[in-house]
Amino acid sequence: MRKTLLLILGILAMSGLSAGCGKDSPNTLTVLNYGKYIESEVLDMFEEETGIKVEYEEYITPENMYTKYKAGAIDYDLICTSDYMIEKLISEGEVLEMDYSHIPLSENLDKAYFDFSKSFDPQNKYTLPYFFGTVGILYNKEMVDESKAASWDVLWDKEYAGKIIMADSVRDSFMVAQKRLGYSLNITDDGQLREAQNLLIEQKPLVYSYLVDEAQDEMIAENAAMAVVYSGEAGLALEYNDKLAFSVPKEGSNMWIDSWFMPKSAKHIENAEKFLNFLCRKDIARLNFDYVYYATPNNRVKESLDKKLQENTTVFPPTETLENCEVFKSLDDEATMRYNLYWKEIKSAD
Amino acid sequence: MRNLRRQLLAGPYILWMAGFILLPTLMILYYAFTTTSGHFSLLNVSSITFSVHLKSLVLSLKLALACTLICLALSYPLAMILNKLKSKSQGLIVFIFILPMWMNFMLRILAWRMLLSNNGVINSLLGILGLPGLDILNTPKAVVFCMVYDFLPFMVLPIYNAMARIQKDVIEAAKDLGAGNVTIFFKIIVPLTMSGVISGIIMVFVPALTSFAVSDLLGGGKVLLIGNVIEQAFMQEYNWNLGSGLSVVLMVFVIASMALMNARGDEGGGTFT
Repeated sequence: MRKTLLLILGILAMSGLSAGCGKDSPNTLTVLNYGKYIESEVLDMFEEETGIKVEYEEYITPENMYTKYKAGAIDYDLICTSDYMIEKLISEGEVLEMDYSHIPLSENLDKAYFDFSKSFDPQNKYTLPYFFGTVGILYNKEMVDESKAASWDVLWDKEYAGKIIMADSVRDSFMVAQKRLGYSLNITDDGQLREAQNLLIEQKPLVYSYLVDEAQDEMIAENAAMAVVYSGEAGLALEYNDKLAFSVPKEGSNMWIDSWFMPKSAKHIENAEKFLNFLCRKDIARLNFDYVYYATPNNRVKESLDKKLQENTTVFPPTETLENCEVFKSLDDEATMRYNLYWKEIKSAD
Repeated sequence: MRNLRRQLLAGPYILWMAGFILLPTLMILYYAFTTTSGHFSLLNVSSITFSVHLKSLVLSLKLALACTLICLALSYPLAMILNKLKSKSQGLIVFIFILPMWMNFMLRILAWRMLLSNNGVINSLLGILGLPGLDILNTPKAVVFCMVYDFLPFMVLPIYNAMARIQKDVIEAAKDLGAGNVTIFFKIIVPLTMSGVISGIIMVFVPALTSFAVSDLLGGGKVLLIGNVIEQAFMQEYNWNLGSGLSVVLMVFVIASMALMNARGDEGGGTFT
């Protein structure tokens, strides 16, 4: 018995050693990004041009990203995520300052979006904007009247029972109810939060499914009448099926900015800067724009688009829409717990 | 000397068990009984009494039970039919049953999602035939349906194995002594296949109880099983302590169901065939 134990310990120790001196090749870059959020060709081009090997990973919601990062199993060099989650990570001291002089092409980005970013990165020290947009209703014009789709109320309309797709993401779903009630989307008051929760529970029997990335596909396949989606997904869906349309309801919505940042775990800062610079290059940013189809803060890309697309209000939200929108703020631990618990109760309600 | 060599042979397996079964289990137990700051606490485990968690546990038990019963009801007659066939066609049919398992389990669920969706293949066909559409996607029915589809081979094969091992002589002897078909079925075939039934039940019930991928993909986010609650605790809420606490409760249910089945199985011989 003792021999067996020794054997186990010996082999464990050996495997521990080999893991310790395992892969740490200097010329790699580990990137964590949302799903469907980069043209895969771009990664190949970057590897070819610089010889840096990119290890690319994806996640679904910002909360998933937080878990992946915090688990600490992988040392990410570069992460792209949304405003409120970056704010949370900055406040936890998990984000490294960015030296913009090493990313000369960041000049291509419109200063206006650095100003927007101040809501979560007050001194513009930590982040580089990637894409931005709003949240709204993607609907099928043959099933839903345009005037109805101008309000969040339509998501509670019994006429569309079983044909509504909601967002499968805590804050995005709560946002819809909060805006319908006329509240801020950053409320922490328990009473108001319960009100929003009740509204979402009331809505549940009408919901076809709760989805994030697949909502767009379901709408293109005409499996549902309307879906709560991010503006860029709507823009892309419109290209595939011209019965679809997009509206940002009049009660207001969420405006979000997804940005890149270097987490404390970053081991290859120079490579990360090269990658960011590469992403800001006009041809590369254009490739990404064509694939992702969210509003790009890159002026060079916007200029290169044809007039019709530049004026497409689904892809590029007009200023009056943006003024009616709010940016998510990071919530404290107690409020986050409450949101999560209430969300779980919605998901388990009948 | 021979002893040592034998132990060496078991080395890889022991290492595997230690690294991938024992160690993770100990970690789950550690997380389950501590708070985020590392203090001892029973809160994570006792949180199963929260209505939300209790509700999903009950739903999981219900769906797993339904899945197991349907699998049993389908498999037993099937195994009997298989057993009656010529040995050549037996092999073919067993092969057909195993064939879908060559394809990834996730892909098969995703395929069902496509097939069952509002404008999917099944509903289009029903529409052409003038029949009402099948509206089960994103409901518990779809989840049970797909679990049955996935786990059916795990029920069929052990029952079939047990049945194939029954000697023809035994049945002939019973006939000689004047037993009718019904008597033969209940007095001979059922008791002799009980071990297969029991391992089938365990192999279906346990994965069905702990499943979360099927309900995630076919439940449309509306069917919250205990597996989903645990997944959400880990992935969404970054609360590993809660996730582990609930996992421990689930483990108790799994172990209890296996122990119950094993106790029954001992009456009719070994459990796992």
